[in-house]
Amino acid sequence: MRHFIDRRLNPKDKNLGNRQRFIRRARDQIRHVINDSIKNRKIADVDSGETVDIPTRPVHEPHFRHGSNGGFRKGVLGGNKEFTAGDRIRKPQSGGGKGRGKEGSDNGDGDDSFQFALTRDEFLDLFFEDLELPDLLKKELQDLEATKLQRAGYTTAGTPTRLAIRRTMRNSLGRRLVLHRPHEEELEEVQDLIDRIESGGDPESDEDHPDLEALRARVDQLNRRRKLVAFIDPLDIRYRNYQPRPVPNSKAVMFCLMDVSGSMGEREKDLAKRFFILLHLFLRRRYERIDLVFIRHTHQASVVDEDTFFYSRETGGTVVSTAINEMLSEIERNYSPTEWNIYAAQASDGENFAGDSEFCSDLLRDQVMPILQYYAYVEILDEREIELFANPQVGAALWRSYRGVAAEHENFAMKRVGRPSDIYPVFRELFAKKEA
Amino acid sequence: MSEAPALKRARPLFEGTEWTFDLLQQLYDAIETVARDDLGLDTYPNQVEVISSEQMLDAYASLGMPILYRHWSFGKRFARDQRLYQKGLTGLAYEIVINSNPCISYNMEDNSAALHTLVMAHAAFGHNHFFKNNYLFQEWTDADSILDFLDYARRFVAACEERHGLLEVEAVLDAAHSLMDHGIFRYSRRPEPTVKELQERRRRIAEEQERSYNDLWRTVPRDPSRPEPTRAEIEAKERRQALHLPEENILYFLEMHSPILKDWQRELLAIVRQLAQYFYPQRQTKVMNEGCATFVHHHIVNALYDKGLLSDGAMLEILHSHSNVVFQPEFDDPRYSGLNPYTLGFNMMQDIKRIVTDPADEDREWFPTIAGTGDWRAALKDAWQNYRDESFIQQFLSPRLIREMRLFVLTDQGDEPFYRVADIHDDRGYRHVRQSLAGTYDPGMADPDIQVIDADMKGDRVLRVRHTIRDGIPLDENDRDMTLQHLQTLWGYDVSMVGVDRESGETVYETEA
Repeated sequence: MRHFIDRRLNPKDKNLGNRQRFIRRARDQIRHVINDSIKNRKIADVDSGETVDIPTRPVHEPHFRHGSNGGFRKGVLGGNKEFTAGDRIRKPQSGGGKGRGKEGSDNGDGDDSFQFALTRDEFLDLFFEDLELPDLLKKELQDLEATKLQRAGYTTAGTPTRLAIRRTMRNSLGRRLVLHRPHEEELEEVQDLIDRIESGGDPESDEDHPDLEALRARVDQLNRRRKLVAFIDPLDIRYRNYQPRPVPNSKAVMFCLMDVSGSMGEREKDLAKRFFILLHLFLRRRYERIDLVFIRHTHQASVVDEDTFFYSRETGGTVVSTAINEMLSEIERNYSPTEWNIYAAQASDGENFAGDSEFCSDLLRDQVMPILQYYAYVEILDEREIELFANPQVGAALWRSYRGVAAEHENFAMKRVGRPSDIYPVFRELFAKKEA
Repeated sequence: MSEAPALKRARPLFEGTEWTFDLLQQLYDAIETVARDDLGLDTYPNQVEVISSEQMLDAYASLGMPILYRHWSFGKRFARDQRLYQKGLTGLAYEIVINSNPCISYNMEDNSAALHTLVMAHAAFGHNHFFKNNYLFQEWTDADSILDFLDYARRFVAACEERHGLLEVEAVLDAAHSLMDHGIFRYSRRPEPTVKELQERRRRIAEEQERSYNDLWRTVPRDPSRPEPTRAEIEAKERRQALHLPEENILYFLEMHSPILKDWQRELLAIVRQLAQYFYPQRQTKVMNEGCATFVHHHIVNALYDKGLLSDGAMLEILHSHSNVVFQPEFDDPRYSGLNPYTLGFNMMQDIKRIVTDPADEDREWFPTIAGTGDWRAALKDAWQNYRDESFIQQFLSPRLIREMRLFVLTDQGDEPFYRVADIHDDRGYRHVRQSLAGTYDPGMADPDIQVIDADMKGDRVLRVRHTIRDGIPLDENDRDMTLQHLQTLWGYDVSMVGVDRESGETVYETEA
């Protein structure tokens, strides 16, 4: 009688359907959490999983149950040491029912939070939702490993198209040698001899006559042996083996340029961050190593770390060209264009010091664009202003001079952004590009 | 520990922690020999399945069932358990056992050989015997068909989702789940007539009434002291009779009488209701079920050890796990979270064995029917078969065990600033402690008493529900209102609820949804 079943190899993720339903159910809350967490995350690790903490309310399962207070209750406990019947024990001050542990909620609303971990895919799904990316692209961005098939030796199984003939024949030859498969010439030689004897044309071999029977037996034996040891045996067959290998192993640097003068509020910075994240996700897919360089500017520019970039406030004017100059000198110092793929993303509210915009476009045209893979510029506007600036020809000085650059360079993209969903079109070109 | 010294000791079946399926089979056979020949257990055939920790989490999430329909709440449970497990806040159970025929038990792959021994003795024989023999399980659950039912339920829900949409199905299931505790027949298993049988019965009743109509009855004089019931009163009475009201199985009532539900929605309610019913015996026998299984594994591993089939090391590991399972922190210990059903159950089983084989005078007085009869196997099997937690404790909790566990009764009158110690382990207290403890294991007393009392289908169609308040213990208002919303969803018309105090009969609150 067999009592045992090994279930360990059964498909996992039996609960996937339930989990999807659960996440759909709590979607709004989770998204809220994700939006918050995007603010707090580093650009480079935006897509690691996340432990989210959502209010229980939307996933609360109510049922008729007794409240934790009031009425007459009775309980039996163990481990009495000193009590006798009639003793009174003062209730704990904080209220709450006896023996209920931590069940009391802190804000009294029953809105305890529910914690669980989101996977990377689930996180990205929800992150992409606001950005309104095309579905195909979402999938591409989520597939971390871009792979390419690469030769990896030989296998014994495969499709006929991958048959490795030389290797197969070599195996076959070796086997035939070792097992002494009779050569065709050998067979023909004996056959010839028989023919000659039978036709009686060769008087010299008269003495051999008695051997005719033996020769026939020899032919039979040779034939049998040839049948037994096949010319090509399934054992010999080899197929070329391919294995997926992650591709492009080059490195890229991504410059994040942002105006941090007083006019850039939290909303603007949040949008800018999403813009940077998206570019980074895209680059991550294509390059094994990506350096992030953050350059902030007011009327002067400096390279800073990510936290300072997004969170510290600066006062001062706005001179965009300082940031571009800073980027150029950084490239010169550390990122030689021959070795690095250089991407730049700039976010600004469109203000610039009078006269500087022309200077910026000259800089870009003459020095920056020739060495850059891609330059993306977003101008972050108030949602109300988006309507006003619907016409791309209208705009402030910076916008107008950048339009000149965009007209000349294909790999320069610019866009006005008021909502997260406006960001993606900036990259449309980039994403549409076939990978070379 | 041993019943009789073993004459010759066999070689241990294993050393170390590694296990193979062959070894499991050998262990199983050895355990089975003790279970059948020594204890005389009567079990369903066993199917032991070895699973990984992730699969164990899966099983946790689906209420311990091998298959279950899809619902977000199971995903929620999974997410929570997974997180707790990964953070190391909780361990996983060594096993899960399902009341089915054949009896399926899940063993974790990372159990050592010794733990597998313990777990098989515990689940595949202890729980299995209890499932097969206890009257509650016999009467209320169909071990033969539960897996088929679950499979059917899963397909049916999936088909509904496809045809009517996820959200539609979810709305019904959400509502049904919220009323799950009130989807149970507590006292008798109602036959479940098909719609056809119901129609047939109604037709026969109508026929019978026509045939036996006798105009003479009209002329019988009335008692003049009693006012003639008004027409409305008579109608209301007849209406309630026709609907079999009052009815505490709210899901059943909705399934039968809700004016708005479609057939597939009624079937969803039936599925949830049957699931609730299936789990009801387990809720009533936690102490006994675990007590029985723990006693059985304890006896079996000791027997195996006495035969020499277990090495000293394995036995120590088993005893270590065993004492973890029956660990009972005292009430003032931070780890205390109520009485451990394993401890209470195991202690009581051991205590019964002691009373039967080696009673003190006190025991003869308290348990005249079993004290000193000598056959503890028969006494235990009789207890496992014919009691549930509440009656079992009422019947078998001995003064000696109350003393050993130092049980005491604490009462809490809501508005007082202190708790009272009502009874302790002394002569005056034994019976009260026993009574109180038994009461806490009666789900009929622990669950709020809520019944459908009226629904005028020809009139305003308001579903009237009554909450009978026991001991002044109120419902959690937030949950109550949300659940009433769910009830309203299923009923389709207004729902009103009254809270009536059981002693005084006064209406404490009224609310609507």
